[in-house]
Amino acid sequence: MNLHRVGGLILRYTFLYTRSVPRVLEMFFWPVMDLLVWGMLTQYLQTGPYHLPAFIRFLLGGMILWDVLYRAQQATTISFLEDVWARNLMNVFVAPVRLREFFAATFCVGTLKIVVTVAVLAVLSATFYDFHLLSLGSALAPLFVNLLIMGWSVGILTTGMILRWGQASEALAWGIPFLLQPVCAAFYPVSTLPGWLQPVSLAIPATHVFEGMREVLAGQGLSPARLAWAFSLNLVYLSAASLLFRRLFHQARSKGLLAKLGTQ
Amino acid sequence: MYKALFFMHPAPVLTVSELRKEFDGVTAVDGISFQVGSGEILGLLGANGAGKSTTLQILLGLTTPTSGKVEVFGMDLNQHRVEILQRCNFSSAYTGLPANLKVWENLLVFATLYQVRQARKKIDSLLELLEIGHLRNHVTGHLSSGESTRVHLAKALLNDPALLLLDEPTASLDPDIADKVRKLLRRIQREQGISMVYTSHNMRDVEEVCDRIVFLHRGKILATGSPAEITAHFERSSLEDVFIRVAREGDQLLKP
Repeated sequence: MNLHRVGGLILRYTFLYTRSVPRVLEMFFWPVMDLLVWGMLTQYLQTGPYHLPAFIRFLLGGMILWDVLYRAQQATTISFLEDVWARNLMNVFVAPVRLREFFAATFCVGTLKIVVTVAVLAVLSATFYDFHLLSLGSALAPLFVNLLIMGWSVGILTTGMILRWGQASEALAWGIPFLLQPVCAAFYPVSTLPGWLQPVSLAIPATHVFEGMREVLAGQGLSPARLAWAFSLNLVYLSAASLLFRRLFHQARSKGLLAKLGTQ
Repeated sequence: MYKALFFMHPAPVLTVSELRKEFDGVTAVDGISFQVGSGEILGLLGANGAGKSTTLQILLGLTTPTSGKVEVFGMDLNQHRVEILQRCNFSSAYTGLPANLKVWENLLVFATLYQVRQARKKIDSLLELLEIGHLRNHVTGHLSSGESTRVHLAKALLNDPALLLLDEPTASLDPDIADKVRKLLRRIQREQGISMVYTSHNMRDVEEVCDRIVFLHRGKILATGSPAEITAHFERSSLEDVFIRVAREGDQLLKP
């Protein structure tokens, strides 16, 4: 891993984001809109005849943490697509850049963007809905890291699929995370899912993060076993996604797709 | 003649041996072999579908060959891709740079990727060399084709490459700018001794810039030699006429 080259790619994304008002706004617009809608809804449910005191915390906690996963995936895939859209992909890949350096840069930039977005959401949720993300205490860091890693795995996979199947599969960049959302128990406990779907849900690292978050918010503390499951599954999926990407990348080179994608 | 060429370009910078590429049963490159000597400009010529772009993509490591070998600076491209790319560069009329970045920002990013020392000084000197110093703070997406081509060339020269791969560098340029780019490439080659592989559909480009030509047709080498040798070989008065003849009669010319 050459840090100079990683730095070069980070510099490129820094220029890209600081030069583009829409890109900066995109970091905040949808998360803030989500927060407002979900916050209003849960406030209504809490003040209505339902009396669900913990509901607002579970829902807003789930929403903010879901955004970590979603944005980690997006940062990886969209960084790649930025080069495709700019017809810059060939320039990057004929520079002496290794794949791991390319992804390391997207992970760094993505993490920075997520920290900024989550900080804004945390302040807004504390101000408007009295939900304090920091009430997760020391559990917040491992939960956050696990969602980042899972987002990277999904991001690597979707990037590989776009590389292999071209720009026609760009919709995957936005669609794939939402295939996971209903199954990974972001907004409701795993026990809500049909019995046959629960083992599938428990095989997703994010499920353990969201379950863990609810346990912490309910005052039970974060179970080390849950954390161990999340980290172990993430390790497996990140390794599998990296191997699969490598395979798709070789297929793309063999079929001349890398050059085609770079000049489309 | 060949002896003279040997003394001008003693050590091959690039050696392509029996290179072959098939895409789903279609042969794009059919067992071609050639070398590029130190300081030599080699033109890859041929009509659409002749295999130029595929060959160039293989030389850049973007596409893997079905068989055959590419050696650059004596190293196998497949095994030493990053080391080789550190000493090569590429410019194409068909690629872009991020449009919303300023010219100097785009160049600084690539200077960092190529680990160029004193990057800002290097960028300024290249912008002056290419007569685009005034564009330093311009947004890349607002440049004209000619300006954009020269920014791409600046990017391609950032790391003082020993081998430069140019894919139709004068495409979409007006005759005045195209002439300036050709003269500039010749000057750079003279002053810095850079080897180049050059593809173009513009025969004037090729006659003026290239020391030697590899003429491709349906993935095979039809002829190699200097522009004068090629025109003599095909009994035509200009490369343009040769190109037309090859495009129309290439299949017959390939027959032994």
